[in-house]
Amino acid sequence: MKLLWFHLMPYTELPDDFRERHNSVWVDIDSGLLDPAVAHRLYNEFMDELEYAASLGFDAICVNEHHANGYGLMPSPNLIAASLARRTSDAAICILGNSLALYNPPTRVAEEMAMIDCISGGRLIAGFPVGTPMDTCFAYGQNPSTLRARYLEAHDLVLEAWTRRKTFAFNGRFNQLRYVNTWPHPVQKPHPPIWIPGGGSVETWQWCAAMDYVYCYLSYFGYKAGRETMMGFWREMERLGKDRNPYRAGFLQFVGVAQTRDEAMKLYKEPAEYFYGRCLHVDSRYVNPPGYNSEATQRARITSQVALASQRAATMSGGARWDEILAKGFVIIGSPDEVAAQLREVATDLNVGHLMVLQQFGNMSRDLATHNTRLFAEQVIPQLRGLFEKEWEDRWWPKPLPKPSRAVPQAPAREAAE
Amino acid sequence: MSGLAERSVTVNGAPCRVWEKGRGSPVFYLAGFGGLPRWTPFLDRLAGHHRVIAPSLPGFPGAAGHDRLDTLVDWVAATLDLVEGAGLAGADLVGASVGGTLAAEVAAMSPALVRRLVLIAPFGLYDKKAPPADLWAQKPGTLPSLLCADPKTYTDHMAVPQGVSAEEWSIITTRASEAAARLLWPLADTRLERRLHRIRCATLIVWGAADKVLAPSYAERFATGIAGMISTSIIPGAGHLADLDQPARVAEAALTAIG
Repeated sequence: MKLLWFHLMPYTELPDDFRERHNSVWVDIDSGLLDPAVAHRLYNEFMDELEYAASLGFDAICVNEHHANGYGLMPSPNLIAASLARRTSDAAICILGNSLALYNPPTRVAEEMAMIDCISGGRLIAGFPVGTPMDTCFAYGQNPSTLRARYLEAHDLVLEAWTRRKTFAFNGRFNQLRYVNTWPHPVQKPHPPIWIPGGGSVETWQWCAAMDYVYCYLSYFGYKAGRETMMGFWREMERLGKDRNPYRAGFLQFVGVAQTRDEAMKLYKEPAEYFYGRCLHVDSRYVNPPGYNSEATQRARITSQVALASQRAATMSGGARWDEILAKGFVIIGSPDEVAAQLREVATDLNVGHLMVLQQFGNMSRDLATHNTRLFAEQVIPQLRGLFEKEWEDRWWPKPLPKPSRAVPQAPAREAAE
Repeated sequence: MSGLAERSVTVNGAPCRVWEKGRGSPVFYLAGFGGLPRWTPFLDRLAGHHRVIAPSLPGFPGAAGHDRLDTLVDWVAATLDLVEGAGLAGADLVGASVGGTLAAEVAAMSPALVRRLVLIAPFGLYDKKAPPADLWAQKPGTLPSLLCADPKTYTDHMAVPQGVSAEEWSIITTRASEAAARLLWPLADTRLERRLHRIRCATLIVWGAADKVLAPSYAERFATGIAGMISTSIIPGAGHLADLDQPARVAEAALTAIG
């Protein structure tokens, strides 16, 4: 199986009374809470952590896109990915992703991702989420009623831009371009692997199956809450006659490793409570603009709304406590052996070949994040290697240029300083 | 709802319900946010003197096809198809809230269709000192008190009608909210200001004194921009959906203007 190291880049200095004094971590978060000098430090620490994970042998490092968000400092994940492309050599660069409807014209995404694929020598995984309502409809003003149609059209345009080798005109419902000609185009042919981070809508699953894309469920609520979604995904794949190749799927899990479970209990309580308390303090006004969910999704979910609502009540409104975070499996913690055993069970049970781990969460320090990451790389990954690898081929992984053909970043020689 | 006749007009291939009641000279009505799930006391008062014709706009209860409308031009053309198809040809036109926006567009873009115009708190203009409320970013349960002076008025108006399941009704009302968003997202500024001078018919502007969605100060902006003869009526005890809150007062003002 593949192990991917994911960073959300949370702002780590939201005040203790954030929940009481502020109405939302997203959309209208108080701008005065951000100190750019702190952001300077955080960006550099976070990129250190991503580069460190790559150096330890994680298969990929992952970034994503959020706007006006106190737990996600990456309005442009492509900027971070471009830097990572230079500072890493083997790990895949996984952008999960660009919310296609937000780019005007969407060929911007085709261009920037092609640039990153070229800079990295073909290591890009291209993620295309619709994007949350907070990001797309509120922070970026997109109309919820046309968002999905715009997203699907932008996808078609990007795909054509990547694969057609002659300048062409695109006359879409929302985008009209007389000259589409993406310079550069990606190293990977016909195009970088496309992964779709999504919620639990049947239409997304069907689309992933039809397009042969990876479906990713980026759950903040762990494998127990994610299980129903992943089971639904695999039932739909079966119904559509698709195989159970676990590499069709990606899943995100928060993880905290220490020498012992007791130590892990001490180390990860504070950052977890910071994340599930302050970072998920989202004003309910922004979670469900009309039209964001299709009517088919509304119909399919009517019975499970209660489950969702209670999940929100527990985690978004009330703020989860440590015992609940552990009991519900939001965060998996323990010794390397314990974590390996649990993740093996998660990957097998959910049938997920691309496991994304979040090892910096909440206000976790760089020291703890690197400790967590090193223990995982050295003592957990070896126990998970081999899973699925004999039975299944990962057809959704980047195919970089052969190593000898890849450039090695180096500064031009300078004259020796006297 | 005795005496209520129903027919259908096809707009862009999608059926739109048209309700009709009363006798006399025709008065057309385009409903506001939420649409017209049931006939209202305001319309009954008009129907005491006129033939009242209420076509449902695409996406609102009784009508489909909002998802085919991508631009303001699409919306205006669809509304023209709808009101012309329902028989508007030089009759009086009343529009409230979202329906008021499109009623104003009809009068501006096809002046010959409208004899006299009544606009009840229409959207379409933007005052940065008093921006329209964000109807789509409200905590659950707060919409009725935002839209009506008496929240129960709106709750009763939008209650699940007979013969429809609660689940399906939830989808229908969400669709109506989506249709309004499709036209007005994100700021409800349709740039109507640029076309107000094309409204040359006599126009009554009605505003709820307690409108929390669009401040009553917008009434003055409409009055200044419209070229036709203007009268204005600010209704005490009424919120944004003034004709739901104060049917008698709004009907009296409208009947006075229409004659």
